[in-house]
Amino acid sequence: MNRYQISRLVVPRSGRGVWLVGLSAAAMAFLAVFALALSVSAARLAQNWQAALSQTATVRISAPPEEMVEQTAIVLEVLRTTPGIADAREMTDDEQAGLLEAWLGPDLPLDALPLPRLIDVTETPGGPDRQGLRLRLSAEAPGAVYDDHTRWRRPLAEGAARLRQLANLSLVLIGSVMAAIVMLASSASLASNAQVIRVLRLVGAQDRFIAQAFVRRMTLRATLGAAAGAALGAIAMLLLPDPATGSSVLSGLGFQGIGWLLPVSLPVVTAILAWASAKATAFGVLKGVT
Amino acid sequence: MIAFQDVAHDYGGGPLFRDATITLEKGSFHFLTGPSGAGKSTFLKLCYGELRPTSGSVALLGQDMNTMSRDDLARTRQRIGIVHQDCQFLDHLTVEQNVALPLSATGRTVSQDNLADLLGWVGLAGQARALPPTLSGGERQRTALARAIIASPEVLLADEPTGNLDWDMSQRLVSLMVELNRMGTAVLIATHDMNLIRFVKTQVSARVLRIARGEVQTAGADL
Repeated sequence: MNRYQISRLVVPRSGRGVWLVGLSAAAMAFLAVFALALSVSAARLAQNWQAALSQTATVRISAPPEEMVEQTAIVLEVLRTTPGIADAREMTDDEQAGLLEAWLGPDLPLDALPLPRLIDVTETPGGPDRQGLRLRLSAEAPGAVYDDHTRWRRPLAEGAARLRQLANLSLVLIGSVMAAIVMLASSASLASNAQVIRVLRLVGAQDRFIAQAFVRRMTLRATLGAAAGAALGAIAMLLLPDPATGSSVLSGLGFQGIGWLLPVSLPVVTAILAWASAKATAFGVLKGVT
Repeated sequence: MIAFQDVAHDYGGGPLFRDATITLEKGSFHFLTGPSGAGKSTFLKLCYGELRPTSGSVALLGQDMNTMSRDDLARTRQRIGIVHQDCQFLDHLTVEQNVALPLSATGRTVSQDNLADLLGWVGLAGQARALPPTLSGGERQRTALARAIIASPEVLLADEPTGNLDWDMSQRLVSLMVELNRMGTAVLIATHDMNLIRFVKTQVSARVLRIARGEVQTAGADL
């Protein structure tokens, strides 16, 4: 029997602490999959919102009905001659009705409502001098307001960033709990095997060998548990509604492409965490044994 | 091999013994006697580094125990065989796995032939695959002896190795130790069994150390 085999054998297989580690690792990995998904999705969402709104703007014209056509023409002319504006297009009644449908329902009698006229603006990457443009618009078309979406974009981006921070904090907490459980289980396992440790020290085994016997078992159980938990978490993610259907608020939650490597990496990260925690605990306990 | 210089040990209620200056030479045979509670087990624990002296110094195989690291101590113990009265096995391992432990747990090669020979020498060939809890008292002591000597130690320490054995089994066990001593191993046996000491002295030149009234005295060959 070689040293590797004997280090597997010297610690008795019984011990609830060892199963506790596997079970906890599975639960923590399952939760970590969702925290990771939340983190990744929040980052993606923030990026999408940023990209979707960053080079667009809307001019809203609120004017008496008899001046609406004239002011709209003036605004379009101002926009056409302003550097930094790539395109400006008056939205059709159908497009405006489509925007309002989500709030007011279908079959909206647009004619009966004093709705402002909307102009969809696309900016160049550098964008216009917004302050100057606003002043010019207010001078030539008093009812026109240039909205570059900043007031929408900022809270959305901040919300997404906050969501990502929360997800990352959850990951740190999950990792800390995992490390604490491994440490507790390692301590319990070492304490319940005091006789094994004593005998091994008596026959001249070094701390490295004794610790290895415990650390290997803890690491293996934690890794297997994490693999099972991550697999279940990944399956649960796959069962969430497809983003393409847009049928649920959760449809944006999940991994895409290379992002699926993140749940796959969880057992590896857990193994490293469990190994380090169990090793630190084992050497700490062994210091007290002569 | 093992040298005590002005050694005292105290668990907190006054010294068990003090000013002990003793040297166990290579190939020597010593007995350690004294009444229960006199400090025989403590003396032995000092001999393999489980305890450190309260004062004085203990040199194990040429190294001062007070300056030894944990790894140094482990390496030193690989050269010392220890037999406890309660044997201290890993009960989930077989007899042969327990016996091989000093080699397998320290990265040394276990020769199956040597292992089989050793188990045969101590009369345990038939119990190689047995688990320790199924062994008789004599078989357990012989297993402990086999484990203590498998790594060819330079010193063999035994704490009341015949405490639970009948006279025939005690003679058989101690004869194995005498045989080992004739091959050059220094032996120190803690016992209060005077018959055992007399029996050994008929076969080999043995010295007797006696712990009494806090002192370790050399009783010499005239016991």
